[in-house]
Amino acid sequence: MKRFMNLRPSRGATLFLGLLPFIIVAVFYLVASDMRLSENPNDKLLPSMASFSEAIDRMAFTPSKRTGEILFIGDTVSSLERLGLGVLISAVLAMLIGIPLGFIPFLRAGLSPFVAAFSMVPPMAILPILFIVFGMGELAKVALIVIGVTPLLVRDMQQRVSEIPVEQLIKAQTLGGSSWTIVMRVVLPQVFPRLLDAVRITLGTAWIFLISAEAIAATEGLGYRIFLVRRYMSMDVILPYVAWITFLAFLFDFALKKLTYKLFPWYTAGKEGA
Amino acid sequence: MKHFFKSTSKFLVATTLVMGLSTSSLMAEVKNKFQVSWTIYVGWMPWDYAQQKGIVDKWAKKYDIEIDLVQVNDYIESINQYSAGKFDGCLMTNMDALTIPAAGGIDSTAVIMGDFSNGNDGLILKDKKSLADIKGQKVNLVELSVSHYFLARALESVNLSEKDITVVNTSDADMVSAYSSDEVTAMATWNPQLSEIMTNNKSANLVYDSSKIPGEIIDMLVINTETLKDNPKLAKALTGAWFEVMALMKKGDEKALTFMAEASGTDLAGYKSQLDSTMMFYDASDAVTFAVSPDLPETMKKVSEFSFDHGILGEGAPNAEFIGMEFPGGKTFGDTNNIKLRFTETYVKMAAEGKL
Repeated sequence: MKRFMNLRPSRGATLFLGLLPFIIVAVFYLVASDMRLSENPNDKLLPSMASFSEAIDRMAFTPSKRTGEILFIGDTVSSLERLGLGVLISAVLAMLIGIPLGFIPFLRAGLSPFVAAFSMVPPMAILPILFIVFGMGELAKVALIVIGVTPLLVRDMQQRVSEIPVEQLIKAQTLGGSSWTIVMRVVLPQVFPRLLDAVRITLGTAWIFLISAEAIAATEGLGYRIFLVRRYMSMDVILPYVAWITFLAFLFDFALKKLTYKLFPWYTAGKEGA
Repeated sequence: MKHFFKSTSKFLVATTLVMGLSTSSLMAEVKNKFQVSWTIYVGWMPWDYAQQKGIVDKWAKKYDIEIDLVQVNDYIESINQYSAGKFDGCLMTNMDALTIPAAGGIDSTAVIMGDFSNGNDGLILKDKKSLADIKGQKVNLVELSVSHYFLARALESVNLSEKDITVVNTSDADMVSAYSSDEVTAMATWNPQLSEIMTNNKSANLVYDSSKIPGEIIDMLVINTETLKDNPKLAKALTGAWFEVMALMKKGDEKALTFMAEASGTDLAGYKSQLDSTMMFYDASDAVTFAVSPDLPETMKKVSEFSFDHGILGEGAPNAEFIGMEFPGGKTFGDTNNIKLRFTETYVKMAAEGKL
């Protein structure tokens, strides 16, 4: 008898099975929304598809009554700027701090416990301090992302550097490499794709900090808009924004994965295909 | 596979039933257990006292029902839960009653207008002394809240408009720490944060407060109209309990006031100073006068126009008259075919006449 574990779905079945959970969720939503709306046509908790399309039209295609700008584009641009800058700074810091920490035992002995402890501080809990140090403007939002993400990346970098086989480092030394050349020629090329991997994993965290930062004080942004209209239970705006954020996050993840494959074919060789 | 489909369909049915149940609380019916949500605010602490000291229970028993006052930490969450049908009543301001439940299609009735803000909301400028100096500044406030309305009224008074400033949406929980940030130069907020900032910062100047627009920011007990229609006992019991506490407060009962002060995280002196900037209607007859006064429809017209201008009157609102409101004496504002917010003096009048 054939075991269940050995049965493989056909291509069509794979596609169908992949779509099935989405379809089930959509059907659940439509049924529940319909039930609430039949009792109160103005109910805001689970809006109908028509009110979604109206909300999307209003947010993404109609200039705002107050400012004359398209809110959705403004929100997306400012959120992406904050996120991009925050993640970029975090990645650069991770390289500048993580590699020396992993590579130089004296530095590791001195700083590693501090970095480990610092990474445990929940940034949201010390917000009042962050307000005073970084103010409440753009800098504060980027800073919150950097503070939230950098320790995770630094620890990952340090770990990856220390995982480099010691034979490689010895060999490089017998070939006459100084500490500096070994970092540049042996360590960096090996850990760089791993940094991209780590960035991919921490993107979710970066989004959380971005949304939180925009919830605290902001004049535009995806998180700002969600927290603003939450006051009025405008789920017709919130749910499309959530879908858009999810899509953007997916897109970043996908782009970084593709970039890693393109730049470092050796790193991905033997791994599961794209 | 067959089993899989069977269990899936069971799951589907079960989930649908659960969702059905959660919506059915929107439907009115005669019942005897009620829940009312409340949040911490100077004008609502008497409810906490009434609940904790058994005054609510006493009145509920008189009408043979059960009432549970549920404290919710987040003010907006409390209103949202009420709008979603989880509570039969809720404590909120007049503007939020219009823009949240009423705009969401929930027909609500303001049963007790307990007080209005008479200085509890304030506009602070850092280092500047005159309201006109606000021009060009960033103003931190909870956007689209009564603070925003209050700011608009303040700007009007010096011939400025919202275009002359930039609004920065800031959570009410972060106001006190935000004030210490160098970038914050102007702020509109309410008590207790307001008094916290004013007492601890020499740079803070109160340039405008709600005592300049008396009667426009009203704190009230709102009950779902359908529920109220089928269960007037609920409103009677709550009104009775409320004015029992009001009588204690009017006498200046230190024990009761201290209880309320501590429950709201301050001391007797702090609570009394907040009460000074709150126009409480201790006598039911004053509450009746306020409810039937022609100023109330005027105020609600202003609030409705402000809400429409800021796009918070709900989806598809073509103008400020889209949501109809009904006032004592049969007066109305806006679309009479879409009345979603009602103000009634019925129950406070009963209290004034001693008929509860």
